[in-house]
Amino acid sequence: MAPKSSQSVPIDPPRAGQQEEQEAELAAVEGDEPMEEGDEQEEGYRHEYFCEVSEDFIEDDFNLTGLNTMVPFWKEAMEMVLDVEPEDEDASKIPDVSIVESSAEMLYGLVHQRYILTRAGLQAMAEKYENGVFGSCPRVYCVTCNVVPCGRSDMPGVDTVKLFCPNCNDIYVPPSSRFQGVDGAFFGTTFAHLFFQTYRELAPAPFWKAPSTGESPLSPRNVTGSGSNRSSPFTNPNPYGGQKRANGYVYVPRIYGFKVSERAKSGPRMQWLRLRPESPEELDMVDSRGRWIDEDDEYDSEDEEEEEDRQMEDFDPDTVDGEEDDEEEEEEEEEAGVQGQPSHRHGRRHNNFPVKDPTPSSPASSAAPRTPQDRGSPPPFNLSYYQGFAGFGSLGAKDGKVTAVRQNLSSAQTELWSRATITEV
Amino acid sequence: MLTSRITKSRMSGVEDLSTGSDSDYSSSWISWFLSSKGNEYFCEVEEDFILDRFNLTGLNNEVANYSQALDLITDQLDDDIQDELRGSLDVQARLLYGLIHARWIVTARGLQKMLEKYKRADFGRCPRVLCQQQPLLPVGLTDIPYEKSVKLYCGRCEDLYSPKSSRHGSIDGAYFGTTFPHLLFLVYPTLIPPKSGPSDIAGSSRDATGDGRNRRRARDEQEIAEGGGENISTATVALKADRYRPKIYGFQVHEIAKLQRWQEAVRDRQISRLELLESEATRN
Ligand SMILES: [Zn+2]
Ligand SMILES: [Zn+2]
Repeated sequence: MAPKSSQSVPIDPPRAGQQEEQEAELAAVEGDEPMEEGDEQEEGYRHEYFCEVSEDFIEDDFNLTGLNTMVPFWKEAMEMVLDVEPEDEDASKIPDVSIVESSAEMLYGLVHQRYILTRAGLQAMAEKYENGVFGSCPRVYCVTCNVVPCGRSDMPGVDTVKLFCPNCNDIYVPPSSRFQGVDGAFFGTTFAHLFFQTYRELAPAPFWKAPSTGESPLSPRNVTGSGSNRSSPFTNPNPYGGQKRANGYVYVPRIYGFKVSERAKSGPRMQWLRLRPESPEELDMVDSRGRWIDEDDEYDSEDEEEEEDRQMEDFDPDTVDGEEDDEEEEEEEEEAGVQGQPSHRHGRRHNNFPVKDPTPSSPASSAAPRTPQDRGSPPPFNLSYYQGFAGFGSLGAKDGKVTAVRQNLSSAQTELWSRATITEV
Repeated sequence: MLTSRITKSRMSGVEDLSTGSDSDYSSSWISWFLSSKGNEYFCEVEEDFILDRFNLTGLNNEVANYSQALDLITDQLDDDIQDELRGSLDVQARLLYGLIHARWIVTARGLQKMLEKYKRADFGRCPRVLCQQQPLLPVGLTDIPYEKSVKLYCGRCEDLYSPKSSRHGSIDGAYFGTTFPHLLFLVYPTLIPPKSGPSDIAGSSRDATGDGRNRRRARDEQEIAEGGGENISTATVALKADRYRPKIYGFQVHEIAKLQRWQEAVRDRQISRLELLESEATRN
C-alpha cells in the first residue's frame, strides 16, 4: 500500500490579485462577519481597481461637464485631487478635511468613470486586467477567467462595485469586503462591456465545443485538456464578437455517480444559464423574440428516450440485488481502476488509482476542474454499498423523525434511480 | 461517551494548528479538530457511526497506520506512543476523519448536521450578485482523495464556486464527496432555494425578529420531519431567475444578447418538457 501521507491535495492556484485578501480572510470565517478594516494598508488596497486618470483629462473642463452639481466642495475637492495649494486661505470656509477627502474621492471616481471609456483609460485598465489586478471569476468552470470591475448604476450612491466575468457574462460580489465601500458608479455600467468590445481577443466567444468528440458541454471528463490538442487557432466568424475560446463546461449534479434527472423536483433547472451552443450557427436557430425557428428539428423527444434506454441497459441487476461481501467488491473495483475506468463515482476508492495533478496547476494550463466522467455507462450500482455507506439500518435511529426521513429518502432514491436519465439540453 | 473519555494528551506537533485554548486539552480529538481554524466546513461525525466498523469498510486501505489513526480520532490512543509517529499520525487521522465524514454526511443524521450548518451559512454565500447571498454547500468534484479541492454549490444558480479563502480552498473535496448537496435537496425538496428574491435562510435576514426566525425554524423542522414537498412543482422555477444583461450606453451588447436569447430558448424548451411530464403524470 502506498502511504499517502506525503501527498497533498492539488490546490487551485490562488485567484490572481487576491492573495492579500486571502491572508486577511484567514481571520474571519468566510462570508460571515465583515472583516475588520481600518488598517492603514487597507485603504491602499481599496483603490486597487482604479487606474490613474491623467491630469490633462481632469483639467479639461469638457470632461467634467455636469459633475460639479454632484460633488460638494467642488473647488476644494479639485484642489485636493490635483495636489495644488488651496488659493483661498480663508480657513472658516474650509470644512473638515475628511469631508473634502470624501468629496475628492467622489470627484475622482466620477471622472474615472468617464476616463476609463476613453482610449487611454481602456488601455490603462487593460494593463491592470492582464496583470490580474481585478482577480478572476469565482465560478469553477470559468477556470480563473479574469474579471473587470463593473457598476450596476452610473449614479453614485446606488450600489457598490461588482465584478463582471466575460466568460459567464455574469456579475459577482468582490471577494474582499474592503470593496464594499467602493461605489460602482466609479466604474459605471458601460465600461466592462466596452472593454471587451475593444479588446475582442480577451472576450470568450459565445459558442464552444468540447475538446474531444462525443463529449457534451455538460460536465467534463477532464478539463485539463481544454487547451491541449487544439493547435488550430480559434476564430469566431463574427468579427465583432469575442475572439477567445470560451470555457464552456457546465456543472452536472450527481448522486452516487448518477446524474440527477431533470424529472426530479431537485433536478437541474439552471444549466441554460451557463450553456453555450456548439457552433455559431446554432445561435441563429433562435429568432429575435427568443423562439426556435424550427422547433421540430431542434427538439426531438424520442432522442431522449433512447438515451434513457441506453443508460438503463447498463444497470446490472445482479449488483443491485447482491449483498456481496466487501472483499469481492473491492477486487472488482481495483480491476476497474487498472483498466483506467475510474470507479470513484461510487464514492469508493482503490489503492492504485494514479494521483492526478500532484502539483498546483497554473491558471493557463489546468486550473480546470474535473467532474467524474460524463457520458457512457454508469457504474454498477450496489445497494449493499449504499446501505452501509448511507447508514440505513446500520445507524439504528430510533427517533421517529429520522425514520421518517429514512423512508422518504429511500423512496426518493428509488424514484431517482428508476428514472436515471441523461439530461440532455 | 466522548467527553467521558478524556484525551490522554493532545498531539505534540499539532498545537500550531489548533486554536490554542486550554479547553482543547479537555475535549475530544473530534471537537479539537472541528474547532481548528480552517475546518469550519466539517460537521461532527457521531461516535456511533465511527465505532460501527461496517461504515469504515475499505478505509484501512486508504489510510496508513489506520488503526492508530482510528484510535486517535476516537481518543483511545495509547499514551506511550512515540512522538515521531504522533506527528505523522495526525495527518492520517485527518485523512481518516475526512473520508468518514464524506460517508457520514450522506446519512440521514449527517444530512441533518450539515443542514444546521447550511442554515447558519457556515459554508459562505454565493458570490453571484443575483443570487442575493444564497448560502452555499460544500461539494467534491470527485470522491477520490488527493485529486481536487472542495468547491461550493449554490442551490439557486446551481453552479459551483471556489472558496474565497485559501484555507478552505485547500481542503480535499473527497471529504465532502460529489453526492452530498444533491442528496440534501433530493431529500428536502422544500429547502430548494427560490430562484429570485432574498435568500430565505438565516443571516441575510439577520435583522429579522427572533420570532420570525423561530417560526421559520419550526416550519423547517416540520417539513423535514414530514419529508414534505410532495406537491411542489419546480417545472417553471427557472422563469423566475434573474440574470445580468450587459449594456453599453444603455444598449444591449449584440453578441451577448444573442447568446442570452439562445440560452433562454433552451430554458423554455426544458420548461415545456417538464410541464408535459407533469401533465402526463397527473393524467395517469
Ligand atoms: Zn465566470
Ligand atoms: Zn448562486
